[in-house]
Amino acid sequence: MKMSKVVAIGASPKRKEDLRFVTGRGNYVADIKRPGMVFGAFLRSPHAHALLGAIDATAARAMPGVVAIYTGEDLKADNVGGLPVGWGIHGKDGNPMKEPPHPPIAHGKVRHVGDAVAFVVAQSVEQARSALEAIEVQYEVLPAVVGVVEALQAGAPTVHDEIPDNLCCDWELGDAAAVEAAFTAAAHVASIELVNNRLIGNPMEPRAAIGEYDFATGQHTLWTTSQFPHVVRFLMGEFVLHIPQHKLRVVAPDVGGGFGVKQFHYAEEAVVTWAAAKLGLPVKWVCERSEGFISDAHGRDHFTEAELALDESGKFLGLRVRTLANMGGYLSTFGPNIPTNLYAPLLSGVYRMPAIHCSVNVVFTNTVPVDAYRGAGRPEATFVLERLVDVAAIEMGIDKRAIRRRNMIPTEAYPYQTPVIVEYDSGDPLGCLDRAEKLADVEGFEQRRLESARRGRYRGLGLSTYVEACGLAPSRLAGSLGARGGLYESATVRVHPTGAVTVLIGTHNHGQGHETTFAQIVSDRLGVPFEDIDIVCGDTAKVQFGMGTYGSRSLVVGGAALSKAADKVILKGRKIAAHQLEADLGDIVFHAGEFSVAGTDRKKKFTEIAGAAYVPFDYPLETLEPGLEEQSFYDPVNFTYPGGAHFAEVEIDPDTGTVTLERYTAVDDVGTIINPMIVEGQLQGGIAQGVGQALFEHGVYDESSGQLLSGSFMDYCMPRADNFPSIVVAPHSTTCTHTPMGVKGCGECGTIGSPAAVINAVVDALQPLGITHVDMPATPNRIWNIIRNSRAALAAE
Amino acid sequence: MKSFAYLKPETTVAAADLFSEHNDAKILAGGMTLLPTMKQGLAAPAAIIDLSAVAALREIAFEEGALVIGAMARHYDVAASVLVQTHIPGLALLAGQIGDPQVRHRGTIGGSVANNDPAADYPAAILALDATVVTTRRTVAAAAFFVDMFETALEPGEIVTGFRIPVPEMAAYAKFRSPASRYAIVGVFVAQTAGKVRVAVTGAASSVFRALDVEAALQERFDPDALNRVSMDPSGLNSDIHADRDYRANLVMVMARRAVSAALQNAGQGATKGQ
Repeated sequence: MKMSKVVAIGASPKRKEDLRFVTGRGNYVADIKRPGMVFGAFLRSPHAHALLGAIDATAARAMPGVVAIYTGEDLKADNVGGLPVGWGIHGKDGNPMKEPPHPPIAHGKVRHVGDAVAFVVAQSVEQARSALEAIEVQYEVLPAVVGVVEALQAGAPTVHDEIPDNLCCDWELGDAAAVEAAFTAAAHVASIELVNNRLIGNPMEPRAAIGEYDFATGQHTLWTTSQFPHVVRFLMGEFVLHIPQHKLRVVAPDVGGGFGVKQFHYAEEAVVTWAAAKLGLPVKWVCERSEGFISDAHGRDHFTEAELALDESGKFLGLRVRTLANMGGYLSTFGPNIPTNLYAPLLSGVYRMPAIHCSVNVVFTNTVPVDAYRGAGRPEATFVLERLVDVAAIEMGIDKRAIRRRNMIPTEAYPYQTPVIVEYDSGDPLGCLDRAEKLADVEGFEQRRLESARRGRYRGLGLSTYVEACGLAPSRLAGSLGARGGLYESATVRVHPTGAVTVLIGTHNHGQGHETTFAQIVSDRLGVPFEDIDIVCGDTAKVQFGMGTYGSRSLVVGGAALSKAADKVILKGRKIAAHQLEADLGDIVFHAGEFSVAGTDRKKKFTEIAGAAYVPFDYPLETLEPGLEEQSFYDPVNFTYPGGAHFAEVEIDPDTGTVTLERYTAVDDVGTIINPMIVEGQLQGGIAQGVGQALFEHGVYDESSGQLLSGSFMDYCMPRADNFPSIVVAPHSTTCTHTPMGVKGCGECGTIGSPAAVINAVVDALQPLGITHVDMPATPNRIWNIIRNSRAALAAE
Repeated sequence: MKSFAYLKPETTVAAADLFSEHNDAKILAGGMTLLPTMKQGLAAPAAIIDLSAVAALREIAFEEGALVIGAMARHYDVAASVLVQTHIPGLALLAGQIGDPQVRHRGTIGGSVANNDPAADYPAAILALDATVVTTRRTVAAAAFFVDMFETALEPGEIVTGFRIPVPEMAAYAKFRSPASRYAIVGVFVAQTAGKVRVAVTGAASSVFRALDVEAALQERFDPDALNRVSMDPSGLNSDIHADRDYRANLVMVMARRAVSAALQNAGQGATKGQ
């Protein structure tokens, strides 16, 4: 028999949502069937860059089952708008970024392989796909540019005619003069040039969307694989399809992983919604995996030059960073914000860095748009800084841990204002490093290195510290940085007359275990049995409002709203109890699910108060309303700053260049932990993704044709279970000073800390060969080439 | 995927007849290449002739100093066969390393060899072990069977029914997998049969081939160190985003040395077992 009981904050109950997932009862967009539903398929450009001529769909229209075929011209003629950008940045010169139109279906020109050219609707998916083959499109192929360095060169192909230099924005942050002074005074300058490799997110469930229109009510509905349905409703309704907000419902049901890929408003969402209204039929589109490779927004893709100035003792004096960031062919929803506002403010890391200057060129190319991918800007910043610190340590002959300790912000120096906007509220980087060093058995490393050497292998130990700004975001600060909307979160706690609770929350659960974590918060705060709490998200018709789930914000911002709403429920409950127990409100205390009059044995259970809330026979109605349902909108006062220290240990086979991850240890400060099991899972998953970037994953375009060479799992290497040792994860938490529960968030920590830790380990392993940098991913071929060339160079000396 | 006729004969004769009766028919063995190709729309045969009901093609036997393996023996069957493990342990190990468990329970030796994917494992074994390919019409020596990428000596309608593999003194396979697809970037099968060393390389070029310099060095002395002064000419080898030519050439030598070590080890274990 299942025991229904209170589950406290800090416990690790099994996840409430997993039973339906592991028994195949999840309800994903692809599972949804609507009466009379028809199926859509997109014709996508096979060319990276081409003028779009005539599109002849005559033969395709005559094919069996074909209902309609639409092109970009049809959408344009119907006044369908372009996909909007949610964040507008400004350049050094004060001018706004260049924001070219992004039509849901291309017209005039295609700008990347996969750009949509036509949309076929048919009675079956097979019929729609067959019809795609019969559409004839005249392309006038143009030269393409895919690399961020090449795109800025004179004479490069122009992605948007109105932006001849392909430069979206020349952005900067920091004090260039102070940095210049720091470099003048420096005893040593370490420099590095590096690539942050393009990633393709590949959540387990590909994207999907269904549009439906109800002529009776004028109501549009979109079911979509989204991390933020309310934001899609606003962006699509307001800017693309001009549907009033109250006539548009967006539902994101069970979603199988997001990682950022599903936190943008995509063209396909608008096209199915529009076509459904045109046809009066529900229209479904389900992305195929290979289609996802060329239509899901990609991540990262930076080229960076950076320099670190140090005094003779290894103390950091200043940091200068110049980054070129690839935006792809169009600006995705948050594209320009990621390599700027979510990147440069993190460059101080966990260190005292007196002066920082970062300039970023945000650049158009003929590739799939680039946007946020788990970590989003912060792994890139951490990689630059932590690689540079290692280079400095090697060059100055200082131990890599010692140079970090020398520069770390001591825990008593918090709150700590960095020179790049952000002020860290709390943290203990030295404590994290001390703990990680012990757990990683750094002392025993030399022994293990010698053992590897006996087998002809190189072994390396890599350390990375990190800090992230998460809990997006304080609206005031975000607004000053170009956000075009607020970044609060909302929660409603609805207490039913029986005392059971339904929570309506604006975040979205797509693997993170929100149904469990949020239920624990309510169970703990209200003393309601865990089983009696349901968490509802993902439907604009049910949930009041929400900004969704990304940027490690769900617990930090959504959880805070939930906590505040629970506080309001308790306050209302105390009012009811005061009335029922004939006591002053001030004398009513709530503890362990009971309202009591302080200092007496007079009390009411939570369930009794819940019942009474809905039976107001004797209420003083002028001062006490019936009902027990409360709502909170929470806007954070600051970002939260999780951080930590990660050690990676690798072994390299010089014959094949294979890097094997032998050990991984992560000590993270994520603030208060609600469910340790879920946090551990989040950290491990994040680390696996970061290791994927460091060793395996690479979105590669052919430089001349602009074709995506890594366009399937045959060529795009996802990390797999057999690539990993057991990952050791341990918390070392300080309490966030400004979130209601002291939480900091944990969704991106692993992905932020791990790429630098792994590459630092690879470089450490190759130290005998004089290597100071290895670009990601450290593939066998790349490592073998480095070893061969270094050995040849050493032999020639 | 386009619709097609699905036929499931119970004998190879019936299968061959069905093939001649249908235009644009394809033989389905395990379907590990054919089905994904159809799913991607790269192949759209009008008829599929599934050999899975031809029970006789699954048998594995030992006859007159040779292993006789039916074309429809799945990779799992070969890997788990006590006969194969006893007589050619290197072949059993090869079969156990193909793809993943799902692939090993569907994919077949006949399908793999008839398809002659340049990165498939079995062609290296068939060539290095100097096996004979048995078809519905004739027998073909391995050396004459593999023609080029996805191309073999098979004529239209001719179906591979099995293989006759003389038991070698020593044999082993070593491969370096693509981290992404897990197909062989380079696989090297080394065998010594009736005193003659053969070394076949898969994954490295457009089709499986014999590494004659490596064979000559090993013929002199069957030892990994015998290969220290031998190198592989990278010209003519594949080059892609996972492995450039020079790297592949290096891998051929590294895998050859590892295969020789493993072959010596397999032989040693066999000798111990026999005592």
